[in-house]
Amino acid sequence: MSDLLGNPTIPPDASDSLAVLEKQRSTAETFGIPLAVLLEITHRCPLQCPYCSNPVELDRAGKELTTEEWKKVLSELAEIGVLQVHFSGGEPTARKDLVELVKHASDAGLYTNLITSAVLLTREKLSDLADAGLCHVQISFQGTEQGLSDRVAGYKGAHGKKLEVAKWTRELDLPLTVNAVMHRQNLHQLPDIIQMAVDLDADRLEVANVQYYGWALKNRAALMPTVAQLDECTRIVEEARERLKGTLAIDYVVPDYYALRPKKCMGGWGRQFFNISPAGKVLPCHAAESITGLEFESVRSNHSIAWIWQNSDAFNRYRGTGWMKEPCKSCEFREIDFGGCRCQAFALTGDAANTDPACALSPLHETIFKQAEREAEGETSRFLYRNFAGGTLESE
Amino acid sequence: MAGPRHISVSEPSRPVLPRHAKLRYDETRQVWVILAPERVLAPDEIAVEVLQLCDGERSVGDISDQLAAKYAAPREAILTDVIAMLQDLADKGFLTEAREKTP
Repeated sequence: MSDLLGNPTIPPDASDSLAVLEKQRSTAETFGIPLAVLLEITHRCPLQCPYCSNPVELDRAGKELTTEEWKKVLSELAEIGVLQVHFSGGEPTARKDLVELVKHASDAGLYTNLITSAVLLTREKLSDLADAGLCHVQISFQGTEQGLSDRVAGYKGAHGKKLEVAKWTRELDLPLTVNAVMHRQNLHQLPDIIQMAVDLDADRLEVANVQYYGWALKNRAALMPTVAQLDECTRIVEEARERLKGTLAIDYVVPDYYALRPKKCMGGWGRQFFNISPAGKVLPCHAAESITGLEFESVRSNHSIAWIWQNSDAFNRYRGTGWMKEPCKSCEFREIDFGGCRCQAFALTGDAANTDPACALSPLHETIFKQAEREAEGETSRFLYRNFAGGTLESE
Repeated sequence: MAGPRHISVSEPSRPVLPRHAKLRYDETRQVWVILAPERVLAPDEIAVEVLQLCDGERSVGDISDQLAAKYAAPREAILTDVIAMLQDLADKGFLTEAREKTP
C-alpha cells in the first residue's frame, strides 16, 4: 500500500503494510509498556499436569486478588497502553467472577484471550464469556486419546470434555487455538494432534515442548525427549506448516536443552513482558518467583503498575546487559538472547546472573546436555503430579 | 460460523474484519493497530483507510472507486494494491467476507 501515498507512517519493512507491532517495538521502544500481559488469576486447577508452568509454591485461594482488585488492575492496564490480556491460571474458569472480569476488560477496550484446560466449562458459561466480549480461546490438550491424555492431566474424563468445549468454541464463532505441550511420553502422537487441530477447526496450533523449570524440572526424567524424537518432531512440524498453509498456523517451541544457543527468554528480562500472579505480584516472567532473593512488588502496594514496570528492583536487576558476567559480558550475542533464561540459570546453577546452561558457551552446558540425554534414554516414566501439597507421585 | 476460512479477494468481494480481529487506535503509541489472537499488527495509513471502508457492504470495487476519487489516482493501480493488502490480511486469517443475505 505504500505505493498509494508513498509514505507509510511506520516503515519497519517497506513492503509490509501489516507489520507485526512487537517486531518494531523490540528495537524502537525498548521499555515501553508491553502490548500484552498475562494474568494468572488463580493457581487453582482441577488438572495436575506434571509440567505445569506455575511455581512449585502455589498461591492459595485466600491470597488471590478480589474481583474489585482485578477490575482495578484491568482498568489500569488499559489506561497505560496494554492492548491484550490473557486470562490464565491455574485454571481461570475456577474463578466465579471470570465473566465479570472479561466484561470489564472488554469495556475498557482490552482484547481478551482465555487460556484454559476447558474441563470446568459449560456451553452456557462459554456463551456468557462470548457475550462478555471474549475474543479468543486457547484450549490445552495432553494428547489425542483418552488414556494418555487423562493420565498426563491426572484427571479422568479430561480429554472428552476438551473435545466437547473445542466444538462449542467454534459453534459460538470464537477463534480457537489448540495448545499441545509435548514431551517424551506424547511426542509419538504429534501427527494425530495436528490432524485433531484441523478437525476441531482451530485457527492455530501451538506445539510447545516442555520447558524445564518448576514442576517440569521435578519431572524432567519422565518428560525429556530424545534427540531423535525431537528431530522427528521438527520434521513433522515443518511438513505440516507447508501442507496446512492458510488453514492452520503452527507455532513451535523446542526444548532448549538440545539447542546450542539459549532462547531470548521473555524477549529479554523486563523488555516486552510482565505477568501478574494470583496474589497480585507483578513479575518479569511467570517463573520469576522461583528465583530466591528477588522481591516483587504487588499491585496491592502504593505503586502504580507502570512505576513497578519502570522502576522496581526486580525488573531492573537483569535488564539490559550491565548485570552480566562472563561469558555473556563480552559475548557478541549478548543483546540477541540476553544470556537466555534467568530462571533456568538460577535453577541449574544457583545464580540467576550466570549464563543459562542451555547456551553452548556456558561451562555447564556439556554436563546438562549429557544428563538430559541420559534421562531421555532412562526408565523413569512415573509423574510427580502438580498440586498444592507439593506434588503427589503417580501410583505404579 | 464465520465465513469460509480461506477467502480469495477480488473486485466483487465484500470484505469485513472477523470478530476476532479488531481495528483500534492505540492512544498510548499514537498508531492504528489490528488486534488479533497473539498478534498486534500495525497497518500503515492507507491500509487503515481501506479497512475503515470494509464494512461488509461495500465491495472491493466500491472501495477502490472511493480511494481513486479521493487521491485522484488511477483506479486500476489502486484496485491492485487494495486486493494485495486485503489478500495478505485474509491469508493471515484476519479477514472474512460478508455472507449473501438470505431473503
